[in-house]
Amino acid sequence: MSTGDSDQIADRTTRAEQPQPQPQPNTSSSVTPAALPSLSADPAALPSLAAVQLACKRGTRLLFKGLDLAVESGQMVWVRGQNGRGKTSLLRLVAGLSTPEEGQVLWGGVPVRRAPGYCPQLVFIGHTNALKDDLTVTEALEFLLRLHGRHHGSALLQAGLERMGLQARRGAMVRTLSQGQRRRVALTRLALEETPSTWILDEPFDSLDVQGVERLNGLLSGHVKRGGRVLLTSHQNLDTSVLQPREVDLDGYC
Amino acid sequence: MGAGFVAVYARDLRLAMRRRIEALLPIVFFVVAVSLFPLGVGPEPQMLRQIAPGIVWVCALLAAMMSVNNLYAADYADGSLEQMLLSGHSGVTIVAAKACAHWTVTGLPLVLSAPLFGLLFDMDGTALGVLTISLLLGTPMLSLLGSFGAALTLGLRSAGVLIVLLVLPLSIPALIFGTGAVAAVESGLSPAGHYSILGALLIFTILTAPLAAAAALRISLE
Repeated sequence: MSTGDSDQIADRTTRAEQPQPQPQPNTSSSVTPAALPSLSADPAALPSLAAVQLACKRGTRLLFKGLDLAVESGQMVWVRGQNGRGKTSLLRLVAGLSTPEEGQVLWGGVPVRRAPGYCPQLVFIGHTNALKDDLTVTEALEFLLRLHGRHHGSALLQAGLERMGLQARRGAMVRTLSQGQRRRVALTRLALEETPSTWILDEPFDSLDVQGVERLNGLLSGHVKRGGRVLLTSHQNLDTSVLQPREVDLDGYC
Repeated sequence: MGAGFVAVYARDLRLAMRRRIEALLPIVFFVVAVSLFPLGVGPEPQMLRQIAPGIVWVCALLAAMMSVNNLYAADYADGSLEQMLLSGHSGVTIVAAKACAHWTVTGLPLVLSAPLFGLLFDMDGTALGVLTISLLLGTPMLSLLGSFGAALTLGLRSAGVLIVLLVLPLSIPALIFGTGAVAAVESGLSPAGHYSILGALLIFTILTAPLAAAAALRISLE
């Protein structure tokens, strides 16, 4: 009797800990968090990123609940929904900046806040650009790259700026730039990515001109092709001839 | 760990250099506040000598509180703070780097200028030395406690007043033993005991304040 009870409990715990379709055929509970960092070091076998039964509350208002979302390698997910539906909140949850009301966001089966390999490979660009007005374009970018352990020399950085059409402004103070130019500087971080990392982008197309949108489209499709993941929101319609996003509509989860 | 610390520390110093006037304001406040006392209290050297350590310490405390307001607020507003917490470096590293930068920009100049103000109050050489050492041990504590207060009140209205109300009571031990060291040496005793307690307080603050501030930052960003 008591043996049966404990078996049941053990079974329930295993299921609660691993409610996701496993990335490996490994069904026993031998997947330990300690084994994961070595996994994430190999870009060919990046851990899975999935949200399970996510619910989000802002104040007393429930924004969405019961949201299941998996972002596969080489996939782009476009989060849609009306204003105030919780798109930004969802992105912040997935990035690990906030904790969900219910459910969890898992990176290889471990909640993102505790997964050691998650942050170093993540690129999160929110609706703010994280650029300091009193630094030059190069200095501001250099700081962000250093912070994220991605600074591999100024030649690469200049090449990235050139790719975003900013080479003439590289010595300018950030405060002298227009909104669109600031956005381009922030997005230059994407141009310097070479690994199939996870990109979480909040309205990346905001205030970009036609040429800027084209360059960002190029970066996004290139990233998806090399097996990276993209999770983004956008009010503008995406150019489906270049990008093939999977759509998630938050209006269906409230 | 090391790379994140250096990146944040170097950036904060560079930003302070770009806004020199703003960075100097707490020092100017210190200078003005300290020089008001002889005018208000009267010119008797004996009295001034007696109250000097207390005045210098209290003004240093207020100057540190004044400047700590903006420690995280600007980074919070422009999204830099999010980037720092998502960088894979622990929150403690970020907090430690920012508190160090704050001390370098405001605490260190206070320590260096304190002897000048001691002269203004007719303090003798030994007492000046003790005052400087007590400030050297005490001001890092003020930066760390202020950083904790700033993290707790991030995003709140009237955060400035709240920080002062939260942090001033916590800094009372530093004030007591800082001024006590000078009083001890003036009455012919050794200041070593006071130094030891200040050092112990500093170590305790180094061990606890960054942890608490990092947790508070996480909560503020929710």
